[in-house]
Amino acid sequence: MSDLLEITGLTKQFPGVLANDNISLSVKSGEVVALLGENGAGKSTLVKTVFGLIKPDKGEIKIMGKVMEPGDTAGVIAAGVGMVHQHFQLVPVMSVTENIILGDEPRKAFFIDRKSARQQVIALSEKYGLEVDPDAIIEDLPVGMQQRVEILKALRKDVNLLILDEPTAVLTPLEIDELLVVIRNLAKSGVGVVLITHKLHEVMAVADRVLVLRGGKAIGFTSPKETDEAGLAQMMVGRSVVLRVDKTPANPGKPALEVKGLQVLDDRKLLSVKGVDLVVHKGEILGVAGVEGNGQREMVEAICGMRHRLAGQVLVDGVATKDMHPHAVHASGVSHIPEDREKHGLVASYSIADNLVLNQFDREPFAKGWVRNISQVNKNADAVVEQFDIRTPSAQNLASSLSGGNKQKVVVARELSEDLKVLVAAQPTRGVDVGSIEFIHNQLIAARDRGAAVLLVSAELDEVLSLSDRIAVMSGGKIVAIVDSKDADRNYIGRLMAGMKA
Amino acid sequence: MKEFLTKRNSFIGIIVLATAFLYSKDGSITTSVVSTATAFALPLALAAMVGIMCERTGIVNIGIEGTLLTSAFAAFFVSSLTSNILLGFAASVAVGSLLGLLLAVMSVSWKMDQIIAGTIINILATGLTSFLYVQGRTIPSTFPEYDIPKLKDIPFFGPVLFMHGPLFYFGIFVILSLYVALFKTTWGLRSRAVGEHPSSADTAGVSVARLRYINVAIAGAIGGLAGAFLSLELVGSFERGFTAGKGFTALALMIFGRWNPLGALAAAMFFGMTQAYANQLMIDQVVQIPTQFITILPYILTIIVLAISAGKVRAPAAEGQPYEKENA
Repeated sequence: MSDLLEITGLTKQFPGVLANDNISLSVKSGEVVALLGENGAGKSTLVKTVFGLIKPDKGEIKIMGKVMEPGDTAGVIAAGVGMVHQHFQLVPVMSVTENIILGDEPRKAFFIDRKSARQQVIALSEKYGLEVDPDAIIEDLPVGMQQRVEILKALRKDVNLLILDEPTAVLTPLEIDELLVVIRNLAKSGVGVVLITHKLHEVMAVADRVLVLRGGKAIGFTSPKETDEAGLAQMMVGRSVVLRVDKTPANPGKPALEVKGLQVLDDRKLLSVKGVDLVVHKGEILGVAGVEGNGQREMVEAICGMRHRLAGQVLVDGVATKDMHPHAVHASGVSHIPEDREKHGLVASYSIADNLVLNQFDREPFAKGWVRNISQVNKNADAVVEQFDIRTPSAQNLASSLSGGNKQKVVVARELSEDLKVLVAAQPTRGVDVGSIEFIHNQLIAARDRGAAVLLVSAELDEVLSLSDRIAVMSGGKIVAIVDSKDADRNYIGRLMAGMKA
Repeated sequence: MKEFLTKRNSFIGIIVLATAFLYSKDGSITTSVVSTATAFALPLALAAMVGIMCERTGIVNIGIEGTLLTSAFAAFFVSSLTSNILLGFAASVAVGSLLGLLLAVMSVSWKMDQIIAGTIINILATGLTSFLYVQGRTIPSTFPEYDIPKLKDIPFFGPVLFMHGPLFYFGIFVILSLYVALFKTTWGLRSRAVGEHPSSADTAGVSVARLRYINVAIAGAIGGLAGAFLSLELVGSFERGFTAGKGFTALALMIFGRWNPLGALAAAMFFGMTQAYANQLMIDQVVQIPTQFITILPYILTIIVLAISAGKVRAPAAEGQPYEKENA
């Protein structure tokens, strides 16, 4: 039997980066192949090329023995390939049904046959046991549900090959377990699966084979039977990585950040933070665990002065901070690693060097009066690039040229560059590879040990569990429990996150 | 039901009630005023369709004014040269589509800033039509009025809707078809997806560039129809700066109508009514105001309408952004 997917000698050069260097891979029916690698290793480029979204410079892609035309997405879909994209490919203002049928709509003459479209969606959802409301509008749905729609969309045609590009990044532990079961069942029914993920335990749980990429090159194949998580991490980074966070017990001091009775509206003017009280002491990390969309984002933005506080106060060292005044909040000693680094963390069209001083460009030594001191800015940039191992040919390159993990390093480096009293870190390692995660985690702990109060908000339960000294669980816009990390139990917190009574 | 009780719709309600009241006072004058209003409204509505077609697929078109001007000129000029208004109409639609294609080339293929691309079209239009304009040219005739039998005998609605020229009926047909096409057909679903979130369409195997090209070119053709209606049916002549900002007013109507063809049609009708009423007031000498004030009325209304609707409406999310496939 021929292979479902056969890639030979695939090469893709982007300006300044060789994203894929002569990569070959074959996937058989019923097999789950995991692609593993650091950010910028070329995993996404590889699968996007297979799906016809990127035209390769060299190499050949065969699907079920047939050579595919480069860049022919419609042809690839017709050949029975489905893909779940890293960034949701859903139209926010359209319904679940409309999104699922887009590109191959059932029709009567010129018109869309809405009735049969709706039935198709219901049938599909029943077939795979992924429940969705066919009439719901995408932007009203929580991310986990959106992910389901995305998966159903990929599975709509009887797929032979399913590609999943970081499908678990936004899911809760429970949803991830469900997804892994779905993947296993698909493989059992003969579908070939290509899975990209950063989470090593998922690879261990579900993959038959693992292809490790590094710097655009295929490093080699392995399988969960032959290695363990540490072995995988070592293969992808090229050195040994400490997966567990080493930290000393916290030595909490006086309260540095106090949040009292905070109420905040979300973008749709609905109350999403419904009275939150929190205290973070000097020298401790308070982790906020919770399923995304339970008010964490709005809470963080309100604390940092980026979103109107409907009610309540935010105090730094006992002094109330100004509402809707990010500059004043920052000046009072609050650093912020924002959740959306592209939107709030970086100016994409500025150089890396400029991005590294965004928080202090107007002060000594980076400026004298109104005049910037460019040589100091550059000196600082070179030092930070070196210290934080930011992978770039030069600090003068634009921030937009960096890969996701390196962008995050720029943000973290900048926010930790000053003496800070409070660090608010929202999803600090989202979409970041294990090597960089280790580094960022160590930086957060170092900040704590220097006496900063760290408020860590993460959808990654493992991250919260391993870094925090105390853990607050947020659900439905409220803090439902605060536990000491010594007493934290994964299942207990997971249930609280899901809104169940523990 | 709730969404019908908007400020927008109460506007329409007020106009309808006022018209009904005036009709009860003096039927024939009201009918003629509203009939004039409809004729005023159609080119505005068609121009708004150009904007809707483009923006729904993610292309901002501020070159509508230029498209109207150039095609109105082409319609007039070719009719005058060949003494054949049908050829003039064909030329107008052709010129409109060409300008649409030009916008598509600049904004889709060259990924130019779309505001600049539209400005180029406007400048080109002003320059070209002023340069080629010759005073004293005339056309053999305008498109003749064709009264639809039976329907024209309906009181009020007959004269208002069914006693116009062929381009008027065609224009109404285009607007209604665009509404159906946008919300009921495959083409419409894909177009809207491309305007909201192009990479979703791309990953579903829909070619973003191709659809944008097609839609912007068709939009240009609709602009051509609007231009031809102005010079060959409504007015029957052409002067420099003939379209007097209708293309920009249309953008406001598009926003006021929430990128919905029927909404924009209603908004255009509202505009046409105001202008027609103001004209009538002046003719009847009910009010003694200089004509200049009547002339600026549409522009003032544009500002008011935009101020009311700004911030409350949501434009297609991807409008104005060139689609970069590699970053999908």
